[in-house]
Amino acid sequence: MSAAKRGASRWTDAAMTRRVRRRYLFERIFRGTGLLAISLSVAFLAFLLWNMGSKGISGFSQYEAALPIDFTKSDLFLDPATIKGPDARTTVAGADLSTAIANAAGAAYGPAADQMFSDAAVDRLTDAIVANPSMLTGSTTLWLPVGSKVDVAAKRDGDPAAEKLVGELQQKQALRRTFNTHFLTGADATDPSAVGVWGALKGSFYTILVTILLAFPIGVLASVYLEEFAPRNRWTDMIEVSINNLAAVPSIIFGLLGLAVFLDVMNLPRSAPLVGGLTLALMTFPVIVIAGRNAIKTVPPSIRDAALGVGASKMQVTFHHVLPLALPGILTGTIIGVARALGETAPLLMIGMRAFVAAPPHGIADPATVLPVQIFLWSDEVDRGFIEKTSAAIIVLLLFMLLMNGLAIYLRNRFERRW
Amino acid sequence: MSLGLALLAILIVALAAGWLGFARAVRFRAATRLHSLPSYHGAYAALWAAIPALLLIAVWVPLQSRMVDQAVLASPEGRALPADAMQRDSILSEASDIASGKIEQGFIPQSASLAPRIRSENERFGLIGGAAGILIALAAGLWAMRRTGPAFRARTGVERWVMIVLFAASLIAILTTLGILLSLMFESLRFFRMYPAQDFFFGLQWSPQMAIRADQAGSSGAFGSIPLLWGTFFIGAIIAMIVAVPLGLMSAIYLTQYAPARVRSWLKPILEILAGVPTVVYGYFAALTVAPIVRDFGLSLGITSASSESALAAGSVMGIMIIPFVSSMADDSIAAVPQAMRDGSLAMGATKSETIRKVLLPAALPGVMGGVLLAISRAIGETMIVVMAAGLAANLTLNPFQSVTTVTTQIVGLLTGEQEFDSPKTLAAFALGLALFAITLLLNLIALHIVRRYREQYE
Repeated sequence: MSAAKRGASRWTDAAMTRRVRRRYLFERIFRGTGLLAISLSVAFLAFLLWNMGSKGISGFSQYEAALPIDFTKSDLFLDPATIKGPDARTTVAGADLSTAIANAAGAAYGPAADQMFSDAAVDRLTDAIVANPSMLTGSTTLWLPVGSKVDVAAKRDGDPAAEKLVGELQQKQALRRTFNTHFLTGADATDPSAVGVWGALKGSFYTILVTILLAFPIGVLASVYLEEFAPRNRWTDMIEVSINNLAAVPSIIFGLLGLAVFLDVMNLPRSAPLVGGLTLALMTFPVIVIAGRNAIKTVPPSIRDAALGVGASKMQVTFHHVLPLALPGILTGTIIGVARALGETAPLLMIGMRAFVAAPPHGIADPATVLPVQIFLWSDEVDRGFIEKTSAAIIVLLLFMLLMNGLAIYLRNRFERRW
Repeated sequence: MSLGLALLAILIVALAAGWLGFARAVRFRAATRLHSLPSYHGAYAALWAAIPALLLIAVWVPLQSRMVDQAVLASPEGRALPADAMQRDSILSEASDIASGKIEQGFIPQSASLAPRIRSENERFGLIGGAAGILIALAAGLWAMRRTGPAFRARTGVERWVMIVLFAASLIAILTTLGILLSLMFESLRFFRMYPAQDFFFGLQWSPQMAIRADQAGSSGAFGSIPLLWGTFFIGAIIAMIVAVPLGLMSAIYLTQYAPARVRSWLKPILEILAGVPTVVYGYFAALTVAPIVRDFGLSLGITSASSESALAAGSVMGIMIIPFVSSMADDSIAAVPQAMRDGSLAMGATKSETIRKVLLPAALPGVMGGVLLAISRAIGETMIVVMAAGLAANLTLNPFQSVTTVTTQIVGLLTGEQEFDSPKTLAAFALGLALFAITLLLNLIALHIVRRYREQYE
């Protein structure tokens, strides 16, 4: 091969410098591409969070309007003397408060305003009357939450009629923005201004409780067995293969299993946290076993040998020494698995947890829904007021996920030992 | 007597047996040396008292409901019921709801008269089961407690029980797998009895809407799964991977090879947050924010068929969700390449990027491939994003701006809403589930095989 064909071979050569420069340019481009890729990923995350945050933050506030209401003129057949004791609420709820509110609103702000208040206003008025029955004998001005149409118009663009009404209300200084406590304490409703996440949160709580109570002990016991006691035979191989497969099975398949086995064969109650928790426990179980096995594996054999050496039985070694040392690792894995179960939607749709549930559940057998499913249900609603409520519910869900993952990271840093 | 009361009684018996065994052992210890600690003697008695009795109750509960049904049907009230099995079952289930106090009144008048009979039969069989359970607990507990003595190896006995419990816990994995397989297969077989299997697997037409009347158009319903499988593949394996593989791979390369340790310790958890966001949030994001952007973009390109439920919107958001998964798989396989290979390449004068492209990546390729396959399997099993952002129209199209539908979307669509368990519509969901299960299982097995086979070369 001739020297010319081989090209430059000295570093000072013009061709060589050019080549080196090209190589370094490529190096920079490559590095830049990497940086671009990771920045894009982070930017996606930031955009997602910002998007949910900016849409949802208004869901935590609620516009209220002043309503001058003259009870003597309204057709409420309520005697202040009968409103007392435990039945007070039922008595008041029996009266036609919504018509009274509509009439009062119409009288105060014109006929266009008679539908400006929602069911939430009825609730608020009921509370006010129960707290102070004597107001029924006179007239008073109350701040009541406005309905979704007016609320949306006050926060951003709504339909023209509602916008006009909002303008008038603001001119009369009869509109104010308050923190929407009902959103944190209420349950599902048909009017977006009356919805709350408490019902769904409670459903999530019961469901996850069942999941933890089942999946954690069984998962820990199974991982102890596989890591410490299992003989090398075909049974053990089958167990290991099925655990590894279950960890990769799509979650919706577990929903189908729950539907076929828990609902149709075992006849457990539909839409109940019990069934949801059972289904999610089956899904979380392999995650806990895998995390548990890894944590038990990291406990050094010297610990076992020392305990065996002073006369402990194999069972005592495991339960007195190995398991306590592995527990932080197991807990970290469990929390991550449970956090995943908390955000899971698809399997719960399969077992009917998508029903409209207007009251928070009181136990694991009551019909309930969970937070992610609630988000899914609200996202399907046409009413524009549901957009901010959905995003607000997402904020609540993300906060819970952050809390759980933060707890897992804290546990890992605080208790996990490097041997 | 209800079984709940029996359970409580069994627990009390177990506690008492445990306490008595413990006390007996303590008394023996005053005189001689024991083989096992007194607490093991107590635990031995308690376990023997509790476990067989609890097992009996667990077996009894499903038996009881069947026996109650039979006894009720044999009773004079039961014989008066209509002979039609479906009608009879609905009356029975309503009556048992009344009997258990779940509802106060039924829609069918006969159920109210049946309720007291069910309640009394329930009580009768509950009494039998509960009494049997308590008797067994007493007998076994007494027997175990009597064995307490200086030479008795109570610890070994307790450990044998614990071992059984441990084994039973790990059997849950096999039971779950079996449960999934059997329930999917059983319902799928019922579906294939109503609808020919070859039409399901090779049919190009998917329109599950069953007409209410037989003479309506399209009353048969078509369950050809090819359009669904194509949609699933298009969204999960093509569009999502076009987004996730380059971004995930380059992120992993930057994080492992270039980023300073401090930046890495910040960026990696942030990337993991992306994986921890619930899928329903991604679905909402895709449907509300990404889909309109994609549609407008498609329209501006002159594609008039651009749909607001496009495959591109669902697929790209799914890709974003998968990024951290691909990244961590690539991270693992790059880290598994021996340091000596990297050092050798750098020592020859290669730049970092040349080392990565020519040495590290080829060596890590099997691992990366396996990771991508696992990511695909996860993407095609993903449900909420496609349910919320992809459509229900089963199109066989290559146009990413058009709407396609996926297996998981259809499963959700078929099983929510009106439900009667025997219609081909609901059973088709199980057949789809079986197909999905088989595909993801296959992908996982191939991926694990690739990863395991090639990783060994360097170890």
